[in-house]
Amino acid sequence: METIASRPLSLTKTPFHYCPGCLHGVAHRLIAEAVDENGLRNVMTGIAPVGCSVFAYKFFDFDMAEAAHGRAPAVATGIKRARPEMHVFTYQGDGDLAAIGTAEIIHAANRGEHISVFFVNNAIYGMTGGQMAPTTLPEMKTTTSPYGRKVDDMGHPIRMCELMATLVAPYYIERVSLLSPADIIKAKKAVAKAIKYNKEERGFTFVEIISTCPTNWGIDPIKARDWAKDNMLPFFKPNCFRDRGEGVE
Amino acid sequence: MSKVLMKGNEAVAEAAIRAGCRLYFAYPITPQSELIEYMAKMMPKVGGTFIQAESEVAAINMVYGAAGAGKRVMTSSSSPGISLKMEGISYCAGAQLPAVIVNVQRGGPGLGDIQPAQADYFQATKGGGHGDYRLIVLAPSTVQEFADMAADALDLAYKYRNPVMILSDGMLGQMMEPVEFRPAKTEEEVQELAKQHENWCICPNEDGVNRHHHEINSLEIDPLVLEKHVNNLFVKYAEIEQHEVRCEEYNINGDNEILCVAFGTASRIVKSAINDLKTEGKSVGLIRPITLWPYPYECVARALHKNVRQVYVFELNKGQMLDDVKIAVAGRCDVKFWGKVGGIIFTPGEIKEKLLECF
Amino acid sequence: MPRMTVDPTYCKGCGLCIAACPKKIIRFSDNINAKGYHYAECFNQDSCIACKMCYVTCPDVAITIEK
Repeated sequence: METIASRPLSLTKTPFHYCPGCLHGVAHRLIAEAVDENGLRNVMTGIAPVGCSVFAYKFFDFDMAEAAHGRAPAVATGIKRARPEMHVFTYQGDGDLAAIGTAEIIHAANRGEHISVFFVNNAIYGMTGGQMAPTTLPEMKTTTSPYGRKVDDMGHPIRMCELMATLVAPYYIERVSLLSPADIIKAKKAVAKAIKYNKEERGFTFVEIISTCPTNWGIDPIKARDWAKDNMLPFFKPNCFRDRGEGVE
Repeated sequence: MSKVLMKGNEAVAEAAIRAGCRLYFAYPITPQSELIEYMAKMMPKVGGTFIQAESEVAAINMVYGAAGAGKRVMTSSSSPGISLKMEGISYCAGAQLPAVIVNVQRGGPGLGDIQPAQADYFQATKGGGHGDYRLIVLAPSTVQEFADMAADALDLAYKYRNPVMILSDGMLGQMMEPVEFRPAKTEEEVQELAKQHENWCICPNEDGVNRHHHEINSLEIDPLVLEKHVNNLFVKYAEIEQHEVRCEEYNINGDNEILCVAFGTASRIVKSAINDLKTEGKSVGLIRPITLWPYPYECVARALHKNVRQVYVFELNKGQMLDDVKIAVAGRCDVKFWGKVGGIIFTPGEIKEKLLECF
Repeated sequence: MPRMTVDPTYCKGCGLCIAACPKKIIRFSDNINAKGYHYAECFNQDSCIACKMCYVTCPDVAITIEK
């Protein structure tokens, strides 16, 4: 009998602190698997954001940095430029990347920094208790859009992949989701590709991961996946926007 | 080493490179744009990294990253841009990162103007960023000192794993004076410097007993752990207070009737006034703090010789270092203040006039 | 003989593995772990085909699959 699936080496033994059914843990595992598969564990470093995954530095078994809210791409730039022998990724949520950190992500991408950015989009602010995010859908009720997101006043959700695709420098941009085992397997391919391109110093890689927030959406983890499938995927369409390694522009 | 005539902004950049700084991230702002332009030209020549960041916020976070990787790194800005860096500076202090920040002060508050001022003293020494931390603050008064401080700041930052600020001003940044540079570090020495920090910084790892898990982090969600962490920072700060105070005594002697306290550009003008008054038989001394934190309280107190009946603080602001002088004097003497704001620099004549009023 | 094992320390009783299993051989245990969750357990290892769907979907990496 051999073990064919178990906890990747690049994850510590510390239990994740995420809510039951939150898919952050899946995203963490995909990254850890990809790091192990590419043999990068001893030269990998990740930047944890401010958000539910603020303690990500406890969960990955390699050197990690915690960044100020939104600043992870700038911190990643500093680390990668200082120690090019290290491979660097950032792990960010909607607020971190698409609200306070919009300048930092656009410019790190625009400079073509050799980093991978994993953007977990669940259309809400989890850690702080369910406020509106830049990716919150129109009419969606959150604690700071209690009457629903009114687009005339609060703007429309932002599609980060599409925005990034207008920049020349990024090498790989893909949107995936974690809303079913089949989707997770597809997502793993994207994460693995980003890490592989990172290892090969091809340039800036960006993977947007559509996820759920059962706690703040107020529904159970399984219904949350269905809700995301029905409501998020029509707006945030899974797609490969750019893959220079495969000739996709 | 021969002397060269150089602008302050450029001299500090040249000195930083010679001292082994190989990463520089900044955003243009008057009156320090010559610094970033010099770095843009010279960093690539030594195989270093120069990035004009998208903002001062991004720049300080790039510094946080590079410092977290154990490398010598610097940023620079001027007053409004330094305000933007405050979050990052607090994070550097909390994560114990060696970063050097140069502030070429200008008139404020807000957008202010582009002329020299000293109005960021509070920001530099009494916080600026949130939380209990201290920034080592060095205040040059000549271009030579400004340049020397680049190396000193980097050494101090790395010695104590703490951010260090060089609090300069638009006058020093723009003026040209003769500078003699210290010899440049060799590439081997620069590599060696980084190795010293591989016991805590982000760096390549290995499996087995030597595997490390370094975290560059200022978050401690357990209050007891945070309490311990902050108290440890203050053990460090106490050590810095004990060993790193610097100040200059100018014409300090038992005949002094007035004791002036001034730093940076202001101190030069006060020195001129003091020299002038000396020829008229009036004895005025000056204490010029060189470290604004740790503040030379004892230096000031020791200079209160028996004939001193007035302490006069001169600053290019509305009275910020004034509070520290009052702490040092501890009520033993009356403390007066006079300053100029708006980016205007007082003249030796104006200082002399103020001092004469005390005689 | 393929088998799936859930480490109760990690399981938060979210139910995603139960929904994912094509053979429907996972259930919530009557027991609870230290955090008070009814953790998942396989009640019919003989029917396990090591498809790994439970492992793929588990957000806590609580599952080990052997074949």
